Amino acid sequence: MNKPGNGAIELASEFLGIRSPNPFWLASAPPTDKAYNVNRAFEAGWGGVVWKTLGEDPPIVNVSGPRYGAIHSNDRRVIGFNNVELITDRPLRSNLDEIRQVKRDWPDRAVVVSVMLPMNREVWAKYVPMIEDTGADALELNFGCPHGMSERGMGSAVGQVPEYIQQATEWCKSVARVPVVIKLTPNVTSILGPAKAAKEGGADAVSLINTVNSIMRVDYDTLTMYPATDGMGSHGGYCGPAVKPIALHMVAEIARNPATRGLPISGIGGVTDWRDAVDFLALGASNVQVCTAAMVYGFRIIDDLTSGLSHFLRDKGMKSVKDLIGRAVPSVTDWQYLNLNYVVKARINQDLCIQCGRCHIVCEDASHQAITHTVDGQRRFEVIDEECVGCNLCVSVCPVVDCITMEHLTSGFDARTGRPIDDRKADWTTHPSNPMRRPA
Amino acid sequence: MNTPDIAPGRLAADEIEKNFADLHPPLSKSQALIAADRCYFCFAAPCTAACPTGIDIPRFIQSIRSGDIEGAAYAILSENIMGGMCARVCPTEVLCEEACVRNTHEEKPVDIGLLQRYAIDPVIDAGTQLFPRVEASGKRVAVVGGGPAGLSCAHRLAWLGHEVTIFSRDGKLGGLNEYGIAAYKTVDDFAQREVAYILAIGGIEVRTGAGLGRDLSLAKLCREFDAVFLAVGLAGVNRLGLESEDLPGVIDAVRYIAELRQAPDKAQLPVGRRVVVIGGGMTAIDVAVQCKRLGAEDVTIVYRRAREQMGASRFEQDLAQTSGVRIRDWARPVRLVGKEFVTRVEFEHTREGPDRKPEGTGETFAMNADVVFKAIGQEIAWNELGAASAILRVADGRIAVDARRKTSLDNVWAGGDCVAGGKDLTVTAVQDGKLAAQAIDEYLKSGG
Repeated sequence: MNKPGNGAIELASEFLGIRSPNPFWLASAPPTDKAYNVNRAFEAGWGGVVWKTLGEDPPIVNVSGPRYGAIHSNDRRVIGFNNVELITDRPLRSNLDEIRQVKRDWPDRAVVVSVMLPMNREVWAKYVPMIEDTGADALELNFGCPHGMSERGMGSAVGQVPEYIQQATEWCKSVARVPVVIKLTPNVTSILGPAKAAKEGGADAVSLINTVNSIMRVDYDTLTMYPATDGMGSHGGYCGPAVKPIALHMVAEIARNPATRGLPISGIGGVTDWRDAVDFLALGASNVQVCTAAMVYGFRIIDDLTSGLSHFLRDKGMKSVKDLIGRAVPSVTDWQYLNLNYVVKARINQDLCIQCGRCHIVCEDASHQAITHTVDGQRRFEVIDEECVGCNLCVSVCPVVDCITMEHLTSGFDARTGRPIDDRKADWTTHPSNPMRRPA
Repeated sequence: MNTPDIAPGRLAADEIEKNFADLHPPLSKSQALIAADRCYFCFAAPCTAACPTGIDIPRFIQSIRSGDIEGAAYAILSENIMGGMCARVCPTEVLCEEACVRNTHEEKPVDIGLLQRYAIDPVIDAGTQLFPRVEASGKRVAVVGGGPAGLSCAHRLAWLGHEVTIFSRDGKLGGLNEYGIAAYKTVDDFAQREVAYILAIGGIEVRTGAGLGRDLSLAKLCREFDAVFLAVGLAGVNRLGLESEDLPGVIDAVRYIAELRQAPDKAQLPVGRRVVVIGGGMTAIDVAVQCKRLGAEDVTIVYRRAREQMGASRFEQDLAQTSGVRIRDWARPVRLVGKEFVTRVEFEHTREGPDRKPEGTGETFAMNADVVFKAIGQEIAWNELGAASAILRVADGRIAVDARRKTSLDNVWAGGDCVAGGKDLTVTAVQDGKLAAQAIDEYLKSGG
């Protein structure tokens, strides 16, 4: 296992009292379906695993057609990924025996078991003790999978109905001795209802997000959906880098909402490198779970995750992962509280500019016509302060790192509005145009 | 020694075949997608501005990215019907690829030439016609010359609904694409396949073995056709102006290259053991590198100015040197030595004179040679033009034209290497033909 380098921070992590050498767990998914894979993951250095979801015996069956589809960049990097694989298709006994052995062999790693059971109290009472008997550190209830199992009243079919979440959580908690984590589906209009229900049902933590309902594309030859089994396809669960922003929003909502604040969160959704982990931790997750990146690159990505996070913590003067958790949560607010007196203007570093003109054309076509293409007869891209609204579109499309930045104006006038820069904060709640405004 | 050391088969046939394989092999699909991904899709793209035919390069690369190869080909061919050949022979390093903003970013441009070839080859291979001819105009245009300018003009005119007759001095169309240009830049008979693709649009009649001054006169063409486009190229070779210039072994580089291009078996081509090439343009490089690749032992290019001033691009010079060709600059030939055939060339060192022209320093040196190639430029073969030469306005030794390629005569346009102000590139010839065709079309539609 990779040891942190010079002056790097130890990443020892604790989640619900479960210790692991780092905050990187493999999410419940194909990479955690068998002892073989999990042993390889632990050898590579992963801090923990959530074992692929167990269900009732007899085990489910999977299609023998394709289970996965991907969205690629042109150089075939996987940007988004989806799957129609169901929960484990191996006999319960095989899984339980392997879990017991793995936990015995790797006592310093977290071994959590994902569970999916129908809405039936007796079933929960029957299976939970069997699973706990393996010595697993915690249970994660899969109320998230959006494909297949949801048609049978499980997975996201539970996660989309707060009452079901609360009920099933209560059933589980009434028999469980180890901590219970509720894994939430993002296929809801607001994540707060499900999170509150989990909390009220007695959940010790939530993990999110599970995958997003998705169809990847059509097959351009057959004009059927792709991937397909015998000409037919079914929506799958979408994951990978493309879903991270959705996940971060939901994590932050739970972290900052008074009704759910303080509920421990295991962050999931597109974590590929250590910076993704920083996002989740700073926005309120206590650890992160990874699936797609391991499926796309193999377990060896753990080296970058641990090394990068450790160096980041050191450079930020932090002593442990704990110091990072929730650090960005106070910066997440409602739109109405954004400071309307805060003015930024784009600035183009002419020494770095490579003259591609992307900033000009997007500003011209899609924004505020605030970037030139010609100055004194020369190809030159300059910001017109009189038009620039500070929207960040140019920054977003510029191919050169740090070439375009946003400058915060602290004095003088905003050339666009003609108004003097006011360093006092003023938001929508007191804005003259707001019919519901409060007195400033 | 009573015979010059000039012999065929200096290398084994398979070695020659390897030496004349595609200089830049085509991109695979994966390579093309990765290369296409590097294009930033610039606004008012500098590469497009640098392309003499104004191909919307980001547009065609975007189509490659999206998998619409025919759309990419249309974007290219609608501006440059010889986009396939230009993808192979354009000095992209001083045109589109020099302008690519990736140079500023990371000193490596997008592979525009290779991407263009990736888009065009399937269309040529399949013979997919992308330009349905518009309604017939009933007008007839004579195109004199079957090289890039003539073919470009003919195709555009046919597309626009006119009937075209191409008169070609040579037996095959294509001009320098067929008879010039190093063989490793256009393998698999691409020049003829491209000609066939261009002619397949319909409405173009071809008469070969028909040159001005021989069987037809400009005045006659002007009478019999509604308009005339002259694209006669540069059929004359500049002379060194030395005594003994006609000694056996002193050869026009363009003639030798044409023989090489037409040779059914390169192993049968006679090659000198020691080769001296005089000149600094593409022709000099093409003949030198090809001799080397045919097995010449010692090949030297001698140029009278600095390397930086050579007409051949830096890439071409590097290609020559990595092929084992020596380049000597600042020297000019002063004497060709030999009794029955050339055996030696004497040179004088040169320097930049007060009028910026090279002048001799008085110091001389000599090089032994079995073959001396003259590659110091070509000129219009005025003597072959017959009476036309007397009635056309001339500038800088070539036919004078305006911005739309119109000559001093009412219904005569001209383009390609034979007009003044050109760059002597395939791509500029194609542009000349296109511009002239557009002007001729307007002229014909306005009642001309």
